[in-house]
Amino acid sequence: MVAAVAMIAYVAEVDADQGLSQKIFFFHVPIALTAYACFGWGAWKALLHLWKQRDGADLESYVAIHQGVIFGALTLVTGSIWAKISWGHWWVWGSDQLVLFLVLFLFYAAYFMLRFSVEPGPRRANLSAVYALFGVALIPVSFMAIRLANDLIHPTVFTTDGPQMSGRMFATFCLSWAAMLLLAGTLYQVELAGKRLDLRLRELRELLA
Amino acid sequence: MTTAEKYLAAAYLVVFAIVLAYVLIISLKLVRLEREVEELTELARRRQARTEPSREPTPVG
Repeated sequence: MVAAVAMIAYVAEVDADQGLSQKIFFFHVPIALTAYACFGWGAWKALLHLWKQRDGADLESYVAIHQGVIFGALTLVTGSIWAKISWGHWWVWGSDQLVLFLVLFLFYAAYFMLRFSVEPGPRRANLSAVYALFGVALIPVSFMAIRLANDLIHPTVFTTDGPQMSGRMFATFCLSWAAMLLLAGTLYQVELAGKRLDLRLRELRELLA
Repeated sequence: MTTAEKYLAAAYLVVFAIVLAYVLIISLKLVRLEREVEELTELARRRQARTEPSREPTPVG
C-alpha cells in the first residue's frame, strides 16, 4: 500500500488534461474493482452454500459482501470527490455508470436488512445466498453500462484498444489494484476469523452453561 | 495549496479514515472476544476445581 501511494505521488505523471485530480483514479478505480471482486467472491461462496452445502460458506459469503459494501461506499465517496473537482457537482444523475453503481451498492446494502430480519439458521443462509446470487448479475451490467450506453460524462480509460494511459500510469494502477486486493483479502480473513471465533465461543458458552 | 490538491488530500483522508474505523471496530471486537475467552477459561477452571475432590484416590481394604 505504501509503495502504491509512493508510485501515485512520484512515478505516475500528472495528467495533461485533468491535472492533479486525475490521481484519484489510481485508488478510486482499484477500490471499485475490489468491491466488484468482493461481491463476486460473496456470490461464489453463496453458490457453494446452495450447491454443495459447504460448511461455513454462508458466513464467508456474508463477510465478502460486507467487505464489498465497505469498498462500495469508498468508491462512491472518492468518485464524488473526483466529480466535484471535474464536473463541479458531487453527483450527476445523468451518468449511467454512477447510478448503476449506486443501485448495486443499495442492493447489497439491503442484503443486510434481509439477513438480519430472518432468524439464524438454514432458512436465513439459503435466502441470503439466493439474494447474493441475484446481485452478482448487476456487476457486469454496472461494469459495462458506460460502454453500452456510450456515456460521455464518466471517462472511459479501459477500451477495446487497451488502457488509455502511459506505461508508468498503468504500472501504478496495477500496483494500486494489487494493494487494494491485498487489503481487502487481509480484512476479509481478519473479519472471518473474528466471526468464526465468535460462533465457537457461543457454542462453548452454551456447553458450559 | 490548490483546490485540486485539497480535494485529492480529502479523498486520501476519507479512504484512510474509513479503513482505520473498520480496523478499530474489528480490534474492539477482538478485545471483546478475548475477554469472553478469559471468562470461559475461568468458568472451566472453577468447574474442574469442583469435580477434582471426587476424583482423589480412596484407600482400599
